[in-house]
Amino acid sequence: MATASAITAEREHYLNADYGFRSWLLTTDHKRIALLYLITITFFFFVGGFFALLIRLELLTPQGDLVQADTYNKLFSMHGQVMIFFFLLPAVPAVLGNFLVPMMIGAKDLAFPRINLLSWYLFIIGGGLMLYTMLTGGVDTGWTFYVPLSTAYLGTHVVLAAVSIFIAGFSSILTGLNFIVTIHRMRAPGMTWGRMPLFLWSNYATSIIQVLGTPVLAITLALVGLERMFHLGVFNPQLGGDPLLFQHLFWFYSHPAVYIMILPGMGVVSEIIPCFSRKRVFGYEFVALASIGIAVLGFLVWAHHMFVAGISVYSAMVFSFFSYLVAVPSAIKVFNWTATMYKGKIYYSTPMLYAMGFIGLFTMGGMTGLFLASLGVDVHVTDTYFIVAHFHYIMVGGMVMAYLAGMHFWWPKITGRMYPESWGKLAAMTIFIGFNLTFFPQFILGWTGMPRRYHAYTPEFQVLNVLSTAGSTVLAVGYLLPMVYFLWSLRYGKEAGDNPWGAAGLEWKTASPPPTYNFEETPVVTWEAYNYDDLPKEVPVVG
Amino acid sequence: MFPNFPIWPVRAATSASNLDALFIFLLLVTGTVTLMIFILITLFALRYRHDLVDKPTPILGSLALETTWSLVPFGIFLIFFVWGAVLYFQERTAPPDSMEIYVVAKQWMWKLQHADGQREINELHVPVDRNVKLIMTSQDVIHSFFVPAFRLKQDVLPGRYTTLWFHAIRPGTYHLFCAEYCGTQHSGMIGSIVVMNPAAYEAWLSGGGGEGSLASTGQKLFQQLGCGSCHRSDTQGRGPNLVGVFSKPVLLEDGRTVVADENYVRESILNPGAKIVAGFKNIMPSFQGVVNEEQLLSLIAYVKSLQGSQQAEPVSNRPAVPNTSAQPRVK
Repeated sequence: MATASAITAEREHYLNADYGFRSWLLTTDHKRIALLYLITITFFFFVGGFFALLIRLELLTPQGDLVQADTYNKLFSMHGQVMIFFFLLPAVPAVLGNFLVPMMIGAKDLAFPRINLLSWYLFIIGGGLMLYTMLTGGVDTGWTFYVPLSTAYLGTHVVLAAVSIFIAGFSSILTGLNFIVTIHRMRAPGMTWGRMPLFLWSNYATSIIQVLGTPVLAITLALVGLERMFHLGVFNPQLGGDPLLFQHLFWFYSHPAVYIMILPGMGVVSEIIPCFSRKRVFGYEFVALASIGIAVLGFLVWAHHMFVAGISVYSAMVFSFFSYLVAVPSAIKVFNWTATMYKGKIYYSTPMLYAMGFIGLFTMGGMTGLFLASLGVDVHVTDTYFIVAHFHYIMVGGMVMAYLAGMHFWWPKITGRMYPESWGKLAAMTIFIGFNLTFFPQFILGWTGMPRRYHAYTPEFQVLNVLSTAGSTVLAVGYLLPMVYFLWSLRYGKEAGDNPWGAAGLEWKTASPPPTYNFEETPVVTWEAYNYDDLPKEVPVVG
Repeated sequence: MFPNFPIWPVRAATSASNLDALFIFLLLVTGTVTLMIFILITLFALRYRHDLVDKPTPILGSLALETTWSLVPFGIFLIFFVWGAVLYFQERTAPPDSMEIYVVAKQWMWKLQHADGQREINELHVPVDRNVKLIMTSQDVIHSFFVPAFRLKQDVLPGRYTTLWFHAIRPGTYHLFCAEYCGTQHSGMIGSIVVMNPAAYEAWLSGGGGEGSLASTGQKLFQQLGCGSCHRSDTQGRGPNLVGVFSKPVLLEDGRTVVADENYVRESILNPGAKIVAGFKNIMPSFQGVVNEEQLLSLIAYVKSLQGSQQAEPVSNRPAVPNTSAQPRVK
């Protein structure tokens, strides 16, 4: 270990190029900003996770006995708001995307490094306001802010929470803008669109949604604030407004937002599966275009959240049809990942275990989405635990697995150190098992009729709730493990070397940790993405 | 099964039987495909483990496979789509012979009004084997009327009416849940639907009420509020004659035509200037804040009762036998 730190101390890289708080808080280095995001969102992940555990504990018994009804409503509201706006949305784009987008195209930084830092400060201001909201009594609107409940009936910090999300939204818009310009303008010589890693395609698609969708959320939240404070009659029927207008506006952003959360995760998995199968991804063009397809079609399905809200039968049919259409590109991706493993040389390294877990859980989330897109079925299961299970399979089973897959895959690049492989595998298994124990029972709960957001429930639902709560403790342990061994590896981890996985991609052609400007000289790309045929057949580091 | 561990909800209405068939079909199809993917991944992971394979075989892709696994799923999705849409259409189109019950939701209570005048709170008694239509509104925030045993759910909105209909097939007591988060006691906004045999239902009907039918309550209110001085039952009134108007198309001053349904009558009472009937002036005052949701429903029930005859006569609509409609038929 002594020699390891001696070596890192010799060579200058982005971590030791400068020291002190100032050098971090005023940095414009995309890699350092990625780490600032990493620390921030990890904090929010554990805050949101803590709320989730309290929710599960309350639901251990049918009576509302652990916390008051109002407290429970605040718990699930803040769990949703923190996890969605302060963890899931920024997780892959702002941490891994920030770190990797410039490196993957062979650039020195993002197109607008100062705007990148501004994004983080906006995020911190939004996050700070969210913390302030929580500490001064919280908010109980759900994450959906449905009107007229939020604008006229609740006495909590609705406006404060809305402002916090409004501000964080601009951070998301600016990151998206930065990625779009960077990918268009700053690709290294030879890095054509057809040679870009799929991680870039999916982050590009994500950025389009962030730039086009987020402003609509901002407008909607602003109108909620104005109606609440000045009784502007936009949504509340008592003031002449229309509550369904709110739902249309809210879901116009918030459904595409689901794709902001999952597309970058799909990008991560598209990098990892070829690497640990030692071959090119199956159907590159189809996986790439599927990302764009999801981003475009994703804007045409929002009213499938409103099938029982009182919209016309015929418009519901249109939205049901488009919801099935958007499922096709997701299916294409799953089939292509599976086919990539065919006749490969497969290593069960930690990132690969997470990626395989991702495919399994995402497939189940996607398949249950087919139930929800069907109008008749949706009427029964919407607003029940079936929905809760479905979107947790996509966002936690899918996205958090992908995020952790990516963290393990690029940790050696980010820090120059290896995490302990056997602990990594143990954590991946624990999370996979804990996740299914927690959320699978919720499908049955929803199908048998237990509504979501219930503080107390009828006794017949208890057994499944107990199972779910038991599972959540396993899941919690699973999430704590990486936290511990990642920190441990910073000091005691093995030296990683430049390319411990023998992976393709420009980010692996520079040092670990990379120098401040990423490459000693601008790379020239003469090969296709995932050229594993030209790379060693073995993964150098095998756990 | 264990009483506290159900894995399938009770089937107590025709809508439930219809939906369960589609649900089972979806389970079988998606279950098969999911299992196929899981088996393939496991098989590939075991068969092509790194120490069993010397060199991976490079494969770029296959247009034939890509086309197949895009079009075949899409074809299957179309079946899901059409089947689901047909069910949705059916469960959103109430048969014309449905008996009507009015629902007013408020934080955190369900108020139910039968045409005959019975009022219930958090409990709804209905006869088995009859089409029942609920006309629902909310006094405050959005709620949602959810009966798992019927596989039916409909949001209940403030400021307008939404409807839901069912045909119960099995006597019993079933959960009624509020499924749209509505504030502090959301999870306490629950009740029950009591489906009864015709005889038991008749006995129940004759036991309660006493205030007269909903339409007759509406008629009294109509007189108290002085509505009749303009809405006369001849052509001399300053407002339109309301006899025979309900559920018919109405020509408006601006040339549009609307059907005089519950939402139109409601709007015309609360915001009379919104849709003026052709040939009349915008002179009616708003009754916003004067009549509450339940009074509005009784006024609507009264307008509905003014069918056919030229005289607005007091209505008496207790059916002689339970198999006829519980109030004057709407054509």
